[in-house]
Amino acid sequence: MTDEPLLRVSALSKFYGSRVGCDNVSFDLWPGEVLAVVGESGSGKTTLLNCLSTRLLPSSGTASYRMRDGQFRELYRMSEAERRFLMRTDWGFVHQNPADGLRMTVSAGANVGERLMAVGDRHYGKIRATAVDWLSRVEIDEDRIDDEPRAFSGGMRQRLQIARNLVTGPRLVFMDEPTGGLDVSVQARLLDLLRGLVTDLGLAAIVVTHDLAVARLLSQRMMVMKDGRVVESGLTDRVLDDPRAPYTQLLVSSILQV
Amino acid sequence: MPTPLVVSDVAKSFTMHLRDGIKLPVISGVSFSIRAGECTVLGGPSGAGKSSILKMLYGNYAVDEGQIIVTHDDGLIDLATASPRTVLAIRRQTIGYVSQFLRTVPRVSALDVVAEPLVERGEDREIARGKARALLAQLNLPERLWALPPATFSGGEQQRVNIARGFITEHPILLLDEPTASLDARNRDVVIELIAAKKAAGVALLGIFHDHDVREAVADRIIDVTAFAPGKIAA
Repeated sequence: MTDEPLLRVSALSKFYGSRVGCDNVSFDLWPGEVLAVVGESGSGKTTLLNCLSTRLLPSSGTASYRMRDGQFRELYRMSEAERRFLMRTDWGFVHQNPADGLRMTVSAGANVGERLMAVGDRHYGKIRATAVDWLSRVEIDEDRIDDEPRAFSGGMRQRLQIARNLVTGPRLVFMDEPTGGLDVSVQARLLDLLRGLVTDLGLAAIVVTHDLAVARLLSQRMMVMKDGRVVESGLTDRVLDDPRAPYTQLLVSSILQV
Repeated sequence: MPTPLVVSDVAKSFTMHLRDGIKLPVISGVSFSIRAGECTVLGGPSGAGKSSILKMLYGNYAVDEGQIIVTHDDGLIDLATASPRTVLAIRRQTIGYVSQFLRTVPRVSALDVVAEPLVERGEDREIARGKARALLAQLNLPERLWALPPATFSGGEQQRVNIARGFITEHPILLLDEPTASLDARNRDVVIELIAAKKAAGVALLGIFHDHDVREAVADRIIDVTAFAPGKIAA
């Protein structure tokens, strides 16, 4: 096991004019680690995620990523083409709304196969077999492979989006409220699935969520954000069981007991 | 005898920011060490801070002051100031913990809940399941339950799953937070046997046991936690 982080983030800030998106965020992420970023709407967690995944360029700060060859590369100095390649191969991005991450008018199989073709796979039979395998791993029946995601339920669409992201064997996955907008029973199934896949594949992931139960189940480490700043960070169970910052205490005490 | 865990001058309080920043001191001046091959028991009434001490030793509660020195990976590490990543490594290799309650994960079978800590340490899944079966059988958990997620189990059944999960690994330090609270006499005896086996294997155990008989049977030493009450020094 290597002792170097996969991602190093230092003093990352994003301003929208005079408004703060995220302010002076620093952390390291190691392989196999799941980091939850929690906070309410407008806390800057999605801005942070978008900066890290280079969908947005920060106003200042740096983020370097350890490529497969072991070399660290400064993300915001890469060319657009290099970043896109990274996004297609070594990274995944699971959107809250599956329609943002899927192509709704091509089949489920093609949605998964497309990512494989992007990394150079050309053999139709092999691509289809891999697609079938991944659909079964996210618990979608093989006989739905030729259906379009438009015909899928919300939970199925989200599982398909996950399959599409993981099929290329990424090392880092970004997730933006992956269970948001789903029924509770569907959420539970998706969480089990995600938890299993993350463990089995040894993925590193950064999960943005406002749901502390999701953070507890999926992550080992947690950052709590408010007004663009990180107000508390640490082991997930430590932050949730012994919250120190006033805002974290408010968040934890606001959870409804069932 | 080696002392794999040394606690010195540890203090803990809770600041309730939502209650005008009122500060609740829990414990202070906590100093003790535990020895390999022994079971040390934290004694004292409810609310004295016994569970808080265990939680600090597991990194689950933050430490305000003092040091918790752990022998980990052939070195000494202060757990009170260790990074989250180091605490995770210590939990994986060095310190095991049996909590009072099982935090269940939906859809994962009891057998896999028990086997998981071994799998996380790199053990083959089938070998880990084999050990999990042996432990669940020893703890008299009916075999028909093994393939089910423990969420719907009774309190005593969940606790036995939790105990099996805590005892399956070979952590050199094991923390026990009332592992026998909801067990019947027969299963209490099994836990006493399991603790004796850990001692024989050179594990340093630190536990909270409200059950008098169990405490008598396992304790080599009792530390009276009321000696660490914050009122003794300040207030």
